[in-house]
Amino acid sequence: MDMKPVLRLKNIVKRFGEFVALHGIDLDIEDGEFLTIVGPSGSGKTTLIRLLVGMDNPTEGEIWLRDKRIDTVPANARPTCMVFQSLALFPHRSVGENIEFPLKIRGVSKTKRKQRALELLELLRLPEHYYSKRINQCSGGERQRVALARALAFDPEILFFDEPLSALDYRLRKTLEKELKDLHERTGKTFVYITHSLEEAMVMSDRIAIMRSGRLEQVTDAEGIYARPVSRFVAEFMGEVNLFDIEGTAQGSVRSKGVEVHVNGANGDNGVDLAPGETATLMVRPEFVRFLKSTETNDFVVKGLLRAEYALGSRMQYLVEAADGSHLTVEKLREDRYTGAIGDEVVLGWDIDHTHFIRGD
Amino acid sequence: MERLDNKLGMLNALPIFFVLMLSFLAPLIVVAAFSVMPQKVFSLFNAPDFSAYMTIVEQGYWRSLVWSLGMAFASTAVLFILCWPLAFAMAKVFGRFTLILTIAVVVSLFVSENIRLFGWILTLMKGGLIEGHLRALFGTEMDGVLYNVPVIVFGLVYVYFPFMLFPLAQGISMVPDDARQAATDLGASRWRILWEIDLPLAAPGIVVGSLLSFVLAAGALAESKLLGGQVVIVMADEVETAFTYGQDWPLGSALSMVLIAIIGTLAIFGVSKVDLDRIMGRKR
Repeated sequence: MDMKPVLRLKNIVKRFGEFVALHGIDLDIEDGEFLTIVGPSGSGKTTLIRLLVGMDNPTEGEIWLRDKRIDTVPANARPTCMVFQSLALFPHRSVGENIEFPLKIRGVSKTKRKQRALELLELLRLPEHYYSKRINQCSGGERQRVALARALAFDPEILFFDEPLSALDYRLRKTLEKELKDLHERTGKTFVYITHSLEEAMVMSDRIAIMRSGRLEQVTDAEGIYARPVSRFVAEFMGEVNLFDIEGTAQGSVRSKGVEVHVNGANGDNGVDLAPGETATLMVRPEFVRFLKSTETNDFVVKGLLRAEYALGSRMQYLVEAADGSHLTVEKLREDRYTGAIGDEVVLGWDIDHTHFIRGD
Repeated sequence: MERLDNKLGMLNALPIFFVLMLSFLAPLIVVAAFSVMPQKVFSLFNAPDFSAYMTIVEQGYWRSLVWSLGMAFASTAVLFILCWPLAFAMAKVFGRFTLILTIAVVVSLFVSENIRLFGWILTLMKGGLIEGHLRALFGTEMDGVLYNVPVIVFGLVYVYFPFMLFPLAQGISMVPDDARQAATDLGASRWRILWEIDLPLAAPGIVVGSLLSFVLAAGALAESKLLGGQVVIVMADEVETAFTYGQDWPLGSALSMVLIAIIGTLAIFGVSKVDLDRIMGRKR
């Protein structure tokens, strides 16, 4: 089943004078998907979304909405809309009037407008009497829902989100992330969300696009980003990770430059496909690293001293200092916690299946 | 403790309260008292009657009142239309240039209003800057443009320009940019945004600017005297005449009271119509 993308970006370049904010972005957004664009501040994600909604025009490149080229169409003539970071609700209008705004602009009759606004209140699980409430009488989460309802009233082809949850406290954010995912499923609309929080992206999205200094670094699903990052940047962006510089050896094994990495079962059939002399970065996530008992062995083994233990709620995190002074992070569920003491000499190991090789930087 | 704080606030306000009582309220009370004295007396120790007010009604002073209010209204309307784009640019577009513009406008206030108006007379009169140049260059013969109602309105607009401009700019700067952007994103045109977003959210500035310029223009005297050459007599002119040539303090006071009552009512109505706090989103 080959679906035509709803939005297609072709080599989008945006320059501000000398500064290049976007270096040729190519991206296809599928109909009905939840795509999240993630990047640190300054990566160009805000610039990109401003181009997508029409608040700015690209210097080069094309934006196609289905069969229509829209990159020079002004924002008010595009069938897309955005939920702003600040939400941008109209403070002088009631909740109902806010939601009805796009319909009022389109000249929809008063009774139909109200009917639709009430439907949307229900969809977003806000009580009916909120219709006449003032915006400043609503809590942060309620405003969030009003902003969503207003955007949905517009009935956009694509709904963009510019970090609307970033100002909320942690618990509310977690709740709303799930609600948003649920809303996406119920409405079947295409959602394009930008955030600096990969965690947020992982919870909600079908696909994640990682941005780095004006380029798309990797676009794939959450699993791919987490387990098979294309670069150190993506790997580190996704939270705690252990990275080693390695080099392929003649025996079809690897040699680490800094940390002592012992590879067992080096018979050419261990899944390491590095050519002799080829360098790469070995990546293993902290939860896949195990404390080995003296009788055990593993595909990769590192010796070190246990330096610290941190409680992360449901998990425990350990800091292990390897022989050359570099550090490894290990995470265990509380029930599997390491029973020894700080200062212990420990042996860490992990499977080749949980190991990923990053080529390039 | 909280009680003491409240009391301290009261105590701190006392000096300015007395100063205001003396300098602001007391003269008003004297004027109000004089307005009910019999005609042409110079003492407050007379039996009150309302003969001064009767004179106002009988002798057609309403014409002056209509001129005053009419020209004040016209100049306020012109000022609003004139200042809106400039105020918008000052609040949203100009950036650092706004400061230069602000200083330029404020500096003009350093020169006395009368001197500036005389400047306009020299510019506009027959044989003045404009007409004189035109005659010298093209040999055309024409009258100056002074001594009519439009030139008085022009004078009012010129003199009270800052009183509309700055409150408007202040009001417009309170319109959040993201609300305007969101409205655009939701399909609104420029005019729709002006109507649905800018005007309501800048309303406090609009009300303050309009009230200031209206109130000042309604009590203005110099414009009609100098530029208008008394082609029409405004209310403030009548008040002055009554107090000076007319030597009729009660009549002058009564005329003042009528003007104060009308303008005061308008001002209170205007301020109450626009709930400043609600528009600012402050009130719960």
